[in-house]
Amino acid sequence: MKRKARLMQGNEACVEGAIAAGMRFFAGYPITPSTEIAELSSEKLPCVGGKFIQMEDEIASMAAIIGASLTGLKSMTATSGPGFSLKQENLGYAGITEVPCVVVNVQRGGPSTGLPTSPAQGEIMQARWGTHGDHPVIALTPSSVRETFDLTIRAFNLSEKYRIPVILLMDEVIGHMRERVELPDTSELEIIDRKRPASNKEDYKAYKADEDLIPPMANFGEGYRYHVTGLVHDETGFPSNSSVVADKLVRRLADKIEMHKDDIIQWEEQNTEDADIVIVSIGGVSRAADTAMKMLRSKGLKVGTFRPITVWPFPEKRLEELAEKVNTFVVAEMNLGQMVLEVERIIKNKAKIERVNKVNGEAIYPEEIVTKIEEVL
Amino acid sequence: MPSAVVDKFFRTNKLPQIWCPGCGHGIITRAITVAVEKLGFDRDKICVVSGIGCSSRATGYLDFDTLHTTHGRALPFATGVKLANPDMKVIVITGDGDCTAIGGNHLIHACRRNIGITTIVFNNNIYGMTGGQYSPTTPKFDKGTTAPYGNIDKAFDISNLAASAGATYVGRSTAYHTNLLISLIENGLKNDGFSLIEAISSCPTYYGRKNKKGDAVNMLEWQKDHAVNISAASKMTPESLEGKFLIGEFNNSPEPEYTSEYQKIIDRFNKE
Repeated sequence: MKRKARLMQGNEACVEGAIAAGMRFFAGYPITPSTEIAELSSEKLPCVGGKFIQMEDEIASMAAIIGASLTGLKSMTATSGPGFSLKQENLGYAGITEVPCVVVNVQRGGPSTGLPTSPAQGEIMQARWGTHGDHPVIALTPSSVRETFDLTIRAFNLSEKYRIPVILLMDEVIGHMRERVELPDTSELEIIDRKRPASNKEDYKAYKADEDLIPPMANFGEGYRYHVTGLVHDETGFPSNSSVVADKLVRRLADKIEMHKDDIIQWEEQNTEDADIVIVSIGGVSRAADTAMKMLRSKGLKVGTFRPITVWPFPEKRLEELAEKVNTFVVAEMNLGQMVLEVERIIKNKAKIERVNKVNGEAIYPEEIVTKIEEVL
Repeated sequence: MPSAVVDKFFRTNKLPQIWCPGCGHGIITRAITVAVEKLGFDRDKICVVSGIGCSSRATGYLDFDTLHTTHGRALPFATGVKLANPDMKVIVITGDGDCTAIGGNHLIHACRRNIGITTIVFNNNIYGMTGGQYSPTTPKFDKGTTAPYGNIDKAFDISNLAASAGATYVGRSTAYHTNLLISLIENGLKNDGFSLIEAISSCPTYYGRKNKKGDAVNMLEWQKDHAVNISAASKMTPESLEGKFLIGEFNNSPEPEYTSEYQKIIDRFNKE
């Protein structure tokens, strides 16, 4: 099939992907460098019968998408750094209440207001642990415009399938970069919808999970008349102070993702078969890593790349395998060392770990990775 | 309809509720169900949303789709529900702290948008759930556990705040004046846009005890003795209104509702 190629920005691909995935509700608040996602959603959603609302802040936007999702609409919000901090409260709520939704964070320089128009990857750990309490997380990191389209769809699919908020962890490089892309026809896409209750309305227990640890979900307004609370709750959805109930719920939420890790985790690797050195990176940095690898290969060095596409849960098993034969891992990231903590935890002392870090608001250049590798050889 | 509405609209297997003996919240919660019964709404299309605090526990006892959310955020959650499914009647149950302190910004914006939500504020002038701290409606110089020497903040007038921010239907009543309360909630639910009903409740356990207001009966009598209907007040002198507070309809000025305005945008594309 001949496809029309388009010049498109990462943020635009995110909205295209979201609508293709079935997004019919977006609530947001303006913040650089994610604003285009809100702007394009406001333009495109009414054309497909969907709803857009600009709320009074990021806390309210996060609340609104949860409310909308409970009525059955696939919902999304998008923000950046400071706004992502404000999302944390209700991200935790969506987690414990198991309401599907997608939260996009186009990372910019921090901390605080930081560098609004510059790239960074300072929220890798915040994406994992930003909201309080023990909770599982799924976070995906695209490294091209086309992949932003694909991963936005995947974010919706995983969120619907596992009833969990999914974070699309972009960075300013990917959000604002324009590339030539060919988008697939909607008929080629796999779209997943949440599991619906099989029992009759009277017997419906809103939080009674099936064997896959996922409870079927009824929509508000359909007559199930159920209760949703951020308090610890039993299978019926009503609050409980029982230590048994609390333990069961918090463990099920974690196990729900742990059990399906193999379905959730994706990564990409290049030239790892013979590699002595592997560059580990995500998002915008992976593009510099690719170039650095090619530059070093042309000099005869055996360099490969490893790119977690699912950054949470981290592709632990594959990294462990690689550590059996790779001498050195070079972790390049636009922060002072966040993903490297996970790499260190997994690899332990099986290989050397080097860091390339940058927090000055500029992207990491291939030469900087090359220089680091030549230094440590 | 004393127990009929309780049997019909409460999750009776969840009773008794957690509120202290003498708390006004039970009366107000029942008033909501009486208003719903009178209007004959399809109960499967009613969603009740609450925040955090004593009042917000009401959602657990009501047999509708119920959403007990985070502190102060009931209105934005409710906004999501209503905009996503405008066929639903959305009711928010909140308290003075939930609605006007941590949720104050959400309140004024929900009023301004005139979105079809009816908000019932259970105003007991105190943070009860956490044990009696002063709230934005604790009267000046009254005491709370965090105002041991008297509260120096000026109190919010919730009804006037909501009307000023654009709520198209606003009324105030008390746990004592239940018939008025029911009719205000009914009118609020009939208004397509944003309605706010301030229900003056009573907290004998914390506010009452801290401020020597007597027991539950004394506090209801205080409501009876100090409330003046807004229509009667217009004929009274400022001196005779000293120390009193107004109840009744504060605002009734319907305007186009938010989700129906949004639907008009969608309809533009349907025609093409």
